[in-house]
Order: sequence, then C-alpha cells, then structure tokens
Amino acid sequence: MYDFLTGPMLWLTFAVSFGGLLVRIVLYIKGLDQQLDRVAYRAHMGYGLKGAFNSIISFLNPVGARLWRIRPGFTLMFFVFHIGIVVTPIFLIAHNVMLQENLGISLPALPTCVADILTWAAVVAGLLLTLRRVAFPEVRILTTGYDYLMMVITLAPFVTGLLARYGIGDYQFWLTAHIITGEIWLLSLPFTKLSHVVLFFMSRAQLGMDYGIKRGGMKGSSLSW
Amino acid sequence: MPEGILCNKTPIKTDEQLKLTLSDSRGTKYYAEMLELEVDSDALWALIQKTMKSRTKTWFEICAHCGLCANSCFLYQVNGRIPQQVPSYKIQSTLGEIVKKKGKVTNEFMRHCMDVAWSQCTCCNRCGMYCPHGIDMGVMFGYLRGLLYSQGFVPWELKIGSGMHRVYRAQMDVTTEDWVETCEWMAEETEEEWPGLEIPVDKQNADIMYTCNAREPKHYPEDVAEAAILFHVAGENWTVPSEGWEQTSLSMFAGDWECCKDNVQNVYDAIERLNPKRATGTECGHAHRATVIEGPYWTGRPDGLPPVPYIHYVEWLAEALRTGKLKIDPAKRIKEPVTLQDSCNYVRNQGLKDVTREIISYIVEPGYFVEMSPTKEHNYCCGGGGGFNGIGMYREQRNVALRTKMNQIIDTGCKLVIAPCHNCWDAIRDLEEEYEIGIRWSFLKPLIIGMLDVPEHMLPKDEE
Repeated sequence: MYDFLTGPMLWLTFAVSFGGLLVRIVLYIKGLDQQLDRVAYRAHMGYGLKGAFNSIISFLNPVGARLWRIRPGFTLMFFVFHIGIVVTPIFLIAHNVMLQENLGISLPALPTCVADILTWAAVVAGLLLTLRRVAFPEVRILTTGYDYLMMVITLAPFVTGLLARYGIGDYQFWLTAHIITGEIWLLSLPFTKLSHVVLFFMSRAQLGMDYGIKRGGMKGSSLSW
Repeated sequence: MPEGILCNKTPIKTDEQLKLTLSDSRGTKYYAEMLELEVDSDALWALIQKTMKSRTKTWFEICAHCGLCANSCFLYQVNGRIPQQVPSYKIQSTLGEIVKKKGKVTNEFMRHCMDVAWSQCTCCNRCGMYCPHGIDMGVMFGYLRGLLYSQGFVPWELKIGSGMHRVYRAQMDVTTEDWVETCEWMAEETEEEWPGLEIPVDKQNADIMYTCNAREPKHYPEDVAEAAILFHVAGENWTVPSEGWEQTSLSMFAGDWECCKDNVQNVYDAIERLNPKRATGTECGHAHRATVIEGPYWTGRPDGLPPVPYIHYVEWLAEALRTGKLKIDPAKRIKEPVTLQDSCNYVRNQGLKDVTREIISYIVEPGYFVEMSPTKEHNYCCGGGGGFNGIGMYREQRNVALRTKMNQIIDTGCKLVIAPCHNCWDAIRDLEEEYEIGIRWSFLKPLIIGMLDVPEHMLPKDEE
C-alpha cells in the first residue's frame, strides 16, 4: 500500500496535478480576447508586462497593496496560511528524503522546528479564516459548502501530517492518511477553485495589463494598488 | 405577451418609436409591459457562450468568497453594510446564476438582475483594486447590463438614452443643424466680449478637434462658448466637427453594445474626415471613457487607441497652463478651501490624477487645496455614476448613494468643489439639493475664465 501510494500513485498524481495546471494556464491564455476584454495585449506588450508585474508583486507583498495595509489582521492570517501550505511541503526534510531516494536530488530542507511552527501556524490560520466565514455576515453570505470542502481538502494533509509527526495513535495509519489526503489535495488543484495557485497569477496579470495599458500605464501614471 | 410595444428586445431605431417611448410618462406603461416580457433563454445562452471568455469565467471560478471586496464598495458602506451589497454577492447572485442556469431564468429573476445592475453598482471599478485575485465586478456588471439589454430588461430612461444615440447620434435630440446653429449663435454672442473669437466648424487639418457632451448644446450652450473662449485666448488652431461632435455614450450605460460602436465610429469618422493633429473632449468622464478608453476596442482598432491622440479636457488645460498659452492672474487665484472630485472614468480608468492636481497648482493659492479622503484612484464614485443619476425608479437609492460623497466633502471643510465631469457635477448638485450642506460646485472652464490674465489686444476696445 505504502509503496503503491508513494510510487506509481504519486507519479500519477504529480502528472495529473502539474499537467492539469499547465493546461489551465494554456486554456486561460487561449481564451483571451482583446476586443471582448478591451485590452490590447499584443500592441503594448511592454506596458502590459510592466503593469502585470506591478500587480502581481503588489499582492504577493503583505504591505504592497492598500488592501493589505488597511486589513492587517486578515493580511497576517492570509500570508501565514499561504506561506505555511506552500513552503512546508516543498522544503520538509521527510519529503526531501523521498525525493533523494527516487530522483537523487534534494532541495534545501527546513529545520524541523521551523517546519513544525509553519505547519501549526498554517493550520491555526486556516481555522481562523474558516471561523471568519461564520462570524462575519459579509463573508457568510458568500460562503458555500464548497468553500468549506476546499478548506478541509487543504488542511487535511497538514493535520494528518502533524498527527503522524507526534505519533498520536497509530503512526502507520496517520502516515497513510497523510499521503492519501496529500494526493487528494494535489489532484484537486487543477479541477477546483484551488486552481488559483496558477490562475491567481493569470488573473492579476490580466488586470495589471489592463491598468498598465489603457487605465493609466500609458499616461505615465502607474496606479497604486 | 412575449414582447411589449414599448418594452421589448428591439432597440429604439426610429424617431417615431423614440417619441412613443418618451410619451409614456415615467415609463409606467413600459414597466408594466416588462412584467410580461418573455426571456429568450436560448438567445441569452448563445450570447453568453459567444462573449464570455477566460476572464469572466475564471473570475467566477476562483473568487475565494473572502468578502474583502465588501468595504471597497461605497454602496455597501452607505447602505448599512448589508451583506446583499457585497460586490461579489451582487454579481454571483445575478450574472453567476444566469450562467449557472445556462440562461434558463424567469422574468422575475431578470427584473431582479436589472435592479441590482443599475441600482447597486455604478461600474466605478473600485472593487477590482481591492480584490486579491484582481476580480473587477464593475467590468462584470457592464457585461451583465449588455445581457439584460439584449433581453429588454433595461430601465426606461436608458432604453430611451441609447435610442437617442441610435436616432440622433447624441444622447439628446440635438441634430446636426441644431449643433451647428448653436455654435454659430454662441460664436456671435461671445464675439462681442471677445473680439475675433470664432467657433470653426469642419475646418481641415486643425491642431485640435473639440468634441463635447450633447447636454452642452442642449442645456448649457455657455459651456461651448467657454471652451471657445479658452481656445481663443490660448491661440489654438481648433475646430468642431458638424457630425461626430457628440462623445458621450448612454449606450455604454445601457449595455447597448452595437450602439456603442456606432457612436464612437461616428466620432472617429469625423477625425478621418477633418484630419486634426489631436482631439480633445469636454469635462466629462464617461464620454472620455467611451470615446477614448473603450471606444477603440468597440470599433476593433488593434492598438486600442483612437485614430489620433485624444486627450481629456483636463489634459489640454494642464498643458495650456504649463506652456503659458493660458496665464492665470495670481491675484485672482482661489483663496478659499477648495476640493477636487476625481472622476472614476478618467482617474481609475486612465490614470489622469496628476494633471488635475497640476491645474489646481496654477489656480489655487497655495495652502487652500484640500484633498478628499480617500483620494485619486482610491476615491469613491460621486454616487450617480453608471447612469444611476438619470433613472427615476432608482432615485431613492441614488439619493442614499450620494451620502458617501457628501460626507467626504463635509470632511474636507470646503464649500467649493471642483468637478471636471458632467456626471459628478450633476451628482454634487443633486446632493446639495437633497441635503443642503451649503456647498458650491464648478467645472474648470468658468473658473479659469474668471481668473485669466488676458493680453491687452484680446480685450474689447472701449467704445467711448
């Protein structure tokens, strides 16, 4: 079971997940229409790319956009959550050991205590973000069961990973659960709202190009986000 | 009844139909007919499939339902922060449902969408700046309006407005003759005070072609005269076209895409015909957006630009002051606290925030200019944008919407507001009428004329 999940199943998961995300990017670009979107992508590529870059960087930086600066509490939860769920799986020492065994390469590994903190922080931030959905009427009205499902899919590998790491109960059970939920999470990326892992960049770039080309960029006035 | 006589899926194309619709006082019969209007689900779905591409589709899919757009929307803030006014909710519960149901929606639902599209969003595009995913609900509402218009679910005034553009190629019934006569009349009147002043119509190869808002010849012809005075004093080689002089687009607010294209093509044709070096429009926000920012795409210009450089009036004015073509008498500068309304349509949609402040630096005594908060691209809509000002059935909601601007103005402590946009000017006038906070408001033209340092030879000779 373990061998299957960390062998063929893992490779299949990677192929579907990363391949699928690539397809999403290609389909997004193919679906651009300068007349319907009202952005002259090709004619002013320079201005467009500058705007796209500005837009992406502003929102990857916790103090880069006015949105982040006026909502420090949310911003903190948001960045802790995202940094935890992106950084930890890639740089975790246990994952790197697997990479080393299978491919003979490894990435720099996080010290265990840092990985622990990041994981805990991501789980707590995720729970707070979920609580926020219940607590605030302006978020509650938008929230559907699908949003909660996405949170469960995202947090499950982290929670099971922690349970396995601390050896609470049956280690083998939690390890298997961790691998299965991790693979479910990866498989969900291209097919669900989690596709925002790549589509965030596409959407931001597109609005950034809009601003960079016709909404001020060509007038030499870069609008601050 | 699938379609009514007044309320139907056919745009107003004849003067007869226009007058008939206009004669229906306050749209009473029109809205009664709307109750019975049938939704053509197949046509609606076909239109969506043809026009809804990556951007909107992805926006729906990746909206994280985080609610951060809520506070970015002045209508959410000013309406007691009710969750129904959260931008994301407004678009998901209207356009989102139409798409989810593949166009199979009821008449009642379409009327609900009309209410939301025209009374709960002014397409000010502010939310787009505050969404982590860069989702611009204003853009989506513009799209939804187009779908609703195609099915006949559009407020009475905007059905008439786009009909006016189709029949007269102007948002009001100003014909070519009316326009040319107004120019001649204004030139004659103004020449008494400004010797040598002309309003040249259809002059070839001028440096600047001037276009305006049909309300000016119709209701405030002095605005045309003021433009002429400033061009005259600045020594500009300018002209107005007899055809293609109207640059507003109520069809853009109505969602009449076909008409949008026709209007702007009419202006571009005037440019091709007269061959000016540049064009400039009047102090109007949506007209600039329609003719200069969105128009090139409607007409299919691959570079997204008008045929010649086409600037907003504030850009021409800033340039004239900067280069000394117009000189301000320092003694006549504004010496009272004054604030500036940033129009969404040329600030958030074309970045013209610094030139307006440059104008302020010439005409306001240092220390008297007070910024609104928030300001520039983060400024709020005047409260009447996107056609909201003109729709009778949403007057009450519009009046509530004005309160944001009212509070912003009150917070500055100023009694004078400069509003270089017709729509903002109207909204501020209406808010004073409604709430009586004791303010004055003005376009730039009359203010500047009042403080010009005019060369001796341009002044009328004393008749003694």
